[in-house]
Amino acid sequence: MSSQPLLSVGDLRVGFATEGGRLQAVDGVGFDLAPGEVLAIVGESGSGKSVTAQTILGLTRSPDSVIEGSVRLGGAELLNAGEAELRKVRGARVGMIFQDPMTSLNPVYRVGAQIVEAIRAHEPGTSKEEARERAIELLRSVGIAEAAQRVGDYPHEFSGGMRQRAMIAMALALEPEVLIADEPTTALDVTVQAQILRLLEDLNRSRNLATILITHDLGVVAEVADRVLVMYAGKVVEEGTLDQIFYDPQHPYTWGLLGSLSRLDRPRPQRLPQIGGAPPSLLAPPTGCAFRPRCPHEFGKCAEVPALDGRLPEAAAHRDRCWLDPEQKAERRQVEGGIGLEAPS
Amino acid sequence: MSEPLLEVANLVKHFSVKEGVLVDRTVDRVKAVDDVSLTVGKGETLGLVGESGSGKSTLCRAALQLLPPTSGSVRFEGQEIVGLSRRQLRPLRRQMQMVFQDPYASLNPRKRIGQIVGDPLRLQGVAAGAELRRQVQELLERVGLSAEHYDRFPHEFSGGQRQRIGIARALAPKPKLIVADEPVSALDVSIQAQIVNLLDDLQDELGLTYLFVAHDIAVVRHISDRIAVMHKGRLVETGSADQVCERPADPYTRQLLASVPIPDPRESRARRQATLGST
Repeated sequence: MSSQPLLSVGDLRVGFATEGGRLQAVDGVGFDLAPGEVLAIVGESGSGKSVTAQTILGLTRSPDSVIEGSVRLGGAELLNAGEAELRKVRGARVGMIFQDPMTSLNPVYRVGAQIVEAIRAHEPGTSKEEARERAIELLRSVGIAEAAQRVGDYPHEFSGGMRQRAMIAMALALEPEVLIADEPTTALDVTVQAQILRLLEDLNRSRNLATILITHDLGVVAEVADRVLVMYAGKVVEEGTLDQIFYDPQHPYTWGLLGSLSRLDRPRPQRLPQIGGAPPSLLAPPTGCAFRPRCPHEFGKCAEVPALDGRLPEAAAHRDRCWLDPEQKAERRQVEGGIGLEAPS
Repeated sequence: MSEPLLEVANLVKHFSVKEGVLVDRTVDRVKAVDDVSLTVGKGETLGLVGESGSGKSTLCRAALQLLPPTSGSVRFEGQEIVGLSRRQLRPLRRQMQMVFQDPYASLNPRKRIGQIVGDPLRLQGVAAGAELRRQVQELLERVGLSAEHYDRFPHEFSGGQRQRIGIARALAPKPKLIVADEPVSALDVSIQAQIVNLLDDLQDELGLTYLFVAHDIAVVRHISDRIAVMHKGRLVETGSADQVCERPADPYTRQLLASVPIPDPRESRARRQATLGST
């Protein structure tokens, strides 16, 4: 990794005032992102992964939210930046694509017009014709056939996969340095998902684009990520390289996620290994480790929140929030058929 | 295969595409289900996979007579059910229940759990009063909820718990067949396995027959005895779960399987190398 991160998020906290009380959606999340790197943020609904991404672009600002910490892009702080300043960052330096391409494209404007608008809003000197040429070129580069004809189509005339490609084209229109993709393939069929993942990978390589990929799907992570953050109840519970997370996972929640996958390339188990219970309510989070109520390895020390530390002497950047020592972990995560979360016998 | 419970033969469901301001003219037809035949044996789980728009849900609804089929035959325990009147269908509806995809949309937010699960029993005249309450509470416990949940409202439950309520409602009239349309795809990963295991247990205890629809082939393979693959309204392949997943015969099935991401970085890299090499 280069010495100077492109994007640096430090001790980010996002709380919302709700009718039920204060909800701490993101609770001390930090990471660095280098150019050309793909960082996957993995977690379930309510883990804070989307709120983290949205906060980077100032999309969670509201009278009801309290945002603390820092988000630095190329050294400049974004958290306390004004709206005018943020507007120059959104799209131009940090592009974002969302889960559902139907709701993120305006149904009453032609696809091309929406891309042209984004270009001209940021680069007022560009003529309509030039912007349109660029829109066609962009649509072609994300694999839309007959882009010159399709540029005049409305979103409903595109298939789901084409809409997501158009969203990606729009996100790339201003050549951002960072792309945030929030569940970009969740709404798509697997055959289309495979194409979109290949596209993201190509763009990442050809443009040296730094990417934050938010997903709940470990299969998608395995296909494209370089590094992984696992989030649970607003906190990062484990962080490491792709291979560290899959082959040497340190946190019991990660074991549970890996263990509960149905895999086509393995014989079928009698029962699917499951993680018992449900994710905690953020309005009344458990004291101590948030995963404690669902963890069969819980012991006395778990009443205290473990820090996110490098607990392996040979891999300091592989950090986790679990009190068990590494030898115990190596032993306890072994279940029949690989890694999993099972009560110690 | 065991004795058939549900036999679908040459089922066709077309939707008309209409145009016109005052008088609708049929300008085209969408062949949502196009000559599909399949059989589900007693106590068996048939998995139905396919992408969005392949006709999976329409097939289920047409088979259960929730949508009138355009043509074809559906037999339930040997009895032809296409063309039966609503009145004639009513006693059969008890035998065939459905579990839906979205547990947020499929439970009436203004009704208590006891009503949601108990209404089918009450309306069918199976039970009433204290006996109804007892039966519903027993069902709630059977699906992993507790008897105290009887008086609560849907919004008080998480997605996984709501899907358990949906399952309890489907079980209430003591059906023989359960058609589950994407029952886990709206749930978190850690909850999906809980619901799949619950369905497995219920099948063992109650001898249920499942038609299990999902786009996630790995989940379908886990729960199914046999798998049917749908593509553009047609069935392209049917076989045992292992046979379809390990030795797919149809090119579309092969493409579908090759697109499923492997949650294992080394194998995923190896597969990408292999595909790069072959092209």
